[in-house]
Amino acid sequence: MNKSSLMYRTILVVGLTAIAVLCLLPTIWQPLPSWLGFLSGNRVSLGLDLQGGTHLVLTVDIDQAVVNSLEINADELRRELRKAGVKATKIERLDQTTLAVALPNDQRDKLTDLVGQSFPNFKVGAAETTSEGMLVQRLSLLPEEVRRIKQSALDQSLETIRNRIDQFGVTEPVIQRQGDRDIVIQLPGIQDPERAKELIGKTAVLSFKLVRDANAEPFAKGTQPVPAGTEVLYELSKGPGGERRKGQPLLVETSTLMTGDVVSDARVRPGDLPSSRIVALDLNARGARLFEEITAANVNRRLAIVLDDTIYSAPVIKERIPGGRAVISGSFTTDEARDLAIVLRTGALPAPVTVSEERTVGPTLGEDSIRQGVRSFVVGGTLVILFMLFYYRFAGLLADLALIWNVLFLVAALAAFQATLTLPGIAGIVLTLGMAVDANVLINERIREELRNGKSARAAIEAGYERALPSILDSNTTTFLSGVILFQFGTGPIKGFAVTLCIGIVSSLFTAVVGTRLIWDYMLSRRHIQTLSV
Amino acid sequence: MVELIPPHTNFDFVGIRKPMLVLSLVLNALSLALLLLWGPKLGIDFAGGSLVQVRFTEPTKTDAIRQALTGIESGPLDIQDLGAAGTEFLIRVPLSEQNAEGVNRRLTGALAEKFGQDKVQVLRVEAVGPRVGQDLRRKAILAVAVATLMMATYISLRFEWRFGVGAAIALIHDVLIAVGALILCGFEFDLIVVPALLTVVGYSVHDTVIVSDRIRENRRKDRRASLATIINRSINETLSRSILTSGTAVLVVLALFILGGPVLHGFAFTLLIGFIVGTYSSIFIASPVVLYFERGAMPATSDRRAGRAASAGAARRT
Repeated sequence: MNKSSLMYRTILVVGLTAIAVLCLLPTIWQPLPSWLGFLSGNRVSLGLDLQGGTHLVLTVDIDQAVVNSLEINADELRRELRKAGVKATKIERLDQTTLAVALPNDQRDKLTDLVGQSFPNFKVGAAETTSEGMLVQRLSLLPEEVRRIKQSALDQSLETIRNRIDQFGVTEPVIQRQGDRDIVIQLPGIQDPERAKELIGKTAVLSFKLVRDANAEPFAKGTQPVPAGTEVLYELSKGPGGERRKGQPLLVETSTLMTGDVVSDARVRPGDLPSSRIVALDLNARGARLFEEITAANVNRRLAIVLDDTIYSAPVIKERIPGGRAVISGSFTTDEARDLAIVLRTGALPAPVTVSEERTVGPTLGEDSIRQGVRSFVVGGTLVILFMLFYYRFAGLLADLALIWNVLFLVAALAAFQATLTLPGIAGIVLTLGMAVDANVLINERIREELRNGKSARAAIEAGYERALPSILDSNTTTFLSGVILFQFGTGPIKGFAVTLCIGIVSSLFTAVVGTRLIWDYMLSRRHIQTLSV
Repeated sequence: MVELIPPHTNFDFVGIRKPMLVLSLVLNALSLALLLLWGPKLGIDFAGGSLVQVRFTEPTKTDAIRQALTGIESGPLDIQDLGAAGTEFLIRVPLSEQNAEGVNRRLTGALAEKFGQDKVQVLRVEAVGPRVGQDLRRKAILAVAVATLMMATYISLRFEWRFGVGAAIALIHDVLIAVGALILCGFEFDLIVVPALLTVVGYSVHDTVIVSDRIRENRRKDRRASLATIINRSINETLSRSILTSGTAVLVVLALFILGGPVLHGFAFTLLIGFIVGTYSSIFIASPVVLYFERGAMPATSDRRAGRAASAGAARRT
């Protein structure tokens, strides 16, 4: 063992330890003094399961987005065919991507021309002749168009949800896509997850429809058939505890006069009662013109303001309303009005979303988990440390040092990678305490063996480290591999476990093998040691 | 010097491999029977459904909670007392078509109504839809399978293929028994059990590798001794290490089991069983099994001779 190798190793170990301490500073020293500003941001953050918060996975119904798009195209095609003088009798949706257009046999060319010119996203498919001499032509969306629609439905949903959450006001939310139809949302420290869920997940399709009949009970009960071109929708109403209920049914016209895309702004305003709120809408230029036309043409009729198939209010149009302003009144609380304004401002989701996973942890449980995690860490760690000390004496002390060192490196690495500490992550650290000593156990057992075989202290240490190394490397590789697989599999908290497990293995190799060896070598270089305390 | 296993101890592990193999086979058969016939109790992570953890300010009875919730949900409710002096409960609602949304709000609303708004606090809410549950289930099985395969491949590359097969057998043995123990003790299989099982996979091989490494080393040193002798010697030489390491690992896992709280219960239990069985299998199963791949099974007589030779070999070394 020459002097320079000892020096290099000392520099390496001291240097790495210094870096580890630096990495930890932002986590333990707050606020950080300004001269250490370059370190800021790299700190261990707590996962939702420890600090409390909501983890949501929303699934966008991208198939519905394709259907929506197909139906819009069908409407357009109907208009274009009429313009071109083709008497298509019927346009039907056959499945998710296919339309069937029924038209006289001799007009097929006109249809294919029109599709070729104005509907490049469609493929002209098979045609069949019906018994009445009509031709039924199939048109289907091109596969790449279907993919594009799905993709953009997810993109738009992500964008809209991001806007809603921003306006709702959550600090450090995480909003990410996952796979081809899911959106993962993490809202740390949120107080009312149910409210957030409702706000984020609302499709928020706003439509203005005329009321045909305010007494819709017979239609709703099914005693009278619903007339063609109308539908039964229910007014929003509230129970005694403020919970939402189905209110009065109204018979409204199916056709939508105006949709939410003309809304340029929505704000909360005080209502008639001191505690009630209304939502005031500003319409864009097109919306203002449209709204003026609608109101002018339907004075004294009721106009239903429908959000996602629920009537929020249905005021009587008293006069023509110019200026592009509309109001949704209703007995909203401040929160409800605020959330409504947010969804109207940020616009509708391109397709409905459903909550497919929710994990909410309250702040109390988070604190409990931290306490329990820390307690098992301290107790487990102390037991291992005492055991090693008892069994190996001085070599045990070295192993214990390596252990504490290892925890320092482990937490520093978590901080440097800005990893999130979760409850399974803490469990991973505790587990590392118990498993990391294996390297030192292997080494120490080997040293004992070599001593028994009559080797000198120096030779025994050298042989012990050298012979134990292949076993240590091989065995740790396997645990590391399972950690990597776990990371691939992992969701949220479990990834945290995989990360701590893997980092713990790497840093334990360093502290247990390089670190403890360095101390032995120092001792051997200073004094002539005859007996070892192993 | 404290010594757990005196040096030059020479148990005839290889000699008793048959009864041990029978014991393991029985345990595995039992575990497999539990898995296939009884079936694992899937938590909401894998089965889908909802879960609400609540805390009451005063001790409450499970029956009172059940009463408060009758008529709220159609499915069977599972109410579990978490043992915090009757103040903390876990309420599980299985997945059903008609009540997919808003289960949690309905549950907490009903509890607040019965016990008073300020008497009950919601600690945790989880809801998993059927697609996510299925997805997680598939991923979990895949992860354990891939891990097993990778371990066997790694060992086969680093050692002889026979050791790879031995390690894989020991590994499946350990995981299967851990799963069986989980089912037997009524633990729920949820997401947190997966990292525990994968750690058991890693640990099982970790332990086996230590012995295999020693076998390889001893074979290089002593070319004349039979494989049985070498295996037996190697197991004995690494015995105190095996026991010490699993000892410290079990210590921390016990700490997690006792102090880590209800969320980590299944996790710590899986590790506890896995570590103990993992150590057992690396001694009694993984390497002795290798002998069965040496040009067909060895007849019983040469077995006994191998055991004696092993003792003789160890004696010669001293």
